[in-house]
Amino acid sequence: MKKITLLPLLILALITACAQPAPAPLILATTTSTQDSGLLDLLVPIFEEQSGYTVQTIAVGTGAALKMAEEGNADVLLVHAPSAEKELMDAGFGRDRLLVMHNDFVFVGPSNDPASIRSLTSAGEALVNISSSQTGFVSRGDGSGTHKKERAIWSSVGISPAWDGYIESGQGMGATLIIASEKQAYTMTDRATYLANQDNLDLEIMVEGDEVLLNVYHVITVNPDNWENINYKGALAFAEFMTSDETQALIKEFGIEEYGQPLFFSDAHKTDAELGVE
Amino acid sequence: MTFPPEVLQITILSLQISALATGISLLIGLPLGTLLALGKFWGRSFFLSIVNTGMGLPPVVVGLFVAMMLWRSGPFGDMNLIYTPMAIIIAQTVISAPVVIGLTAAALQSLDPRLRLQLYGLGASRWQMIWALWREARLPLLAALMAGFGSVISEVGASMMVGGNIRHQTRVLTTAIVLETGKGNFEIAIALGILLLTITFLVNWALTWIQQRGEE
Repeated sequence: MKKITLLPLLILALITACAQPAPAPLILATTTSTQDSGLLDLLVPIFEEQSGYTVQTIAVGTGAALKMAEEGNADVLLVHAPSAEKELMDAGFGRDRLLVMHNDFVFVGPSNDPASIRSLTSAGEALVNISSSQTGFVSRGDGSGTHKKERAIWSSVGISPAWDGYIESGQGMGATLIIASEKQAYTMTDRATYLANQDNLDLEIMVEGDEVLLNVYHVITVNPDNWENINYKGALAFAEFMTSDETQALIKEFGIEEYGQPLFFSDAHKTDAELGVE
Repeated sequence: MTFPPEVLQITILSLQISALATGISLLIGLPLGTLLALGKFWGRSFFLSIVNTGMGLPPVVVGLFVAMMLWRSGPFGDMNLIYTPMAIIIAQTVISAPVVIGLTAAALQSLDPRLRLQLYGLGASRWQMIWALWREARLPLLAALMAGFGSVISEVGASMMVGGNIRHQTRVLTTAIVLETGKGNFEIAIALGILLLTITFLVNWALTWIQQRGEE
């Protein structure tokens, strides 16, 4: 063979070798709190190995995750904003919506507790105390599931929070906790993120256990009718994986070794009504 | 589509912070760059290399470092600077100073070395000579200024870490864009991006006009 034709043949061989059809990637849009808990770092590799799909986990704000579903930029969602999720389903952007797990929100604050909320059982009462004592409170202020829950509790006690100490970080839970710790202010956080970060924080759990503080996660498959290249098969496989008995068992135990308590509680196959959400 | 109502406040804050940071960078950068360009001292090349490396410092790493300094757990925690506009100014100065220093040094070194001898020969004092050299190199020096400003007005990692993106206090255009994107408000995010570009363009237009004056 002439030397001059060897190079193009070599390039052709390389291109052909690289052109093996790869299984379509699965884009999972989830929230920053979910990602920060570390649960997906455990579960996603297991799913990838079992199913052969490559999962691209994109942790964004709740609002962006839902928007991605609307615009067909994600295949499956794992989020925790039930009322916004319902709107998404009603508008036809989601196909299947399955209950996966829940954890809870807690109020954390400085150990000297200037607003005297420690061991109150009502979240609403705690916020009333914080508001009337005008002490520092850091809100997510970013339209996330956590933020929406906080706004809902303010609404339930008829207060529109607006005093100098009430600030909005517009960032994820980890960053917001650091701000609260630095400013020795209160904030509302999901238990998982708090536990994962508590070594870096100067905050303690003040209020927990109120029913309204339940944080419920659903997995939603994006409706393939709206968009051509949605990986619906992969999305459904992921949804079924998250609600399978084996995965639910893993979820139940996640965190016990490291924090002495589980970070999430498994709920697959229960009904939303049992948990008091829509 | 509605702009967040505080867009004007956010824009003005962004400009104030970045202008101040660039200004401080100029104040320390111009003399330091001149020293590195014209001075003869041991380690000059070494320091110049450090400065040139500094031009490529990842802003988010600068942000992390400054945050660690300013957190309550850090050495300067008592000054309560974390999550204030001052903290962002500090971080942005650290980012833009190497740019200004490095480009100043390059600008002055690119001048004809005989010019210096000529000025000394004409009886110029050290300060008169430096001033004359600055005037001679004003094109690349103004470019250094624009590069310094550009490196911070568009910066988001450090501003987020040390500023905290706190509404009404430390939210700037770039961190607001991140927030709106995270909320899924892509149109608002893009509009803020265009606003940022427009502001940056106007500033650079003014500086370019100064730079090009008298170059006809």
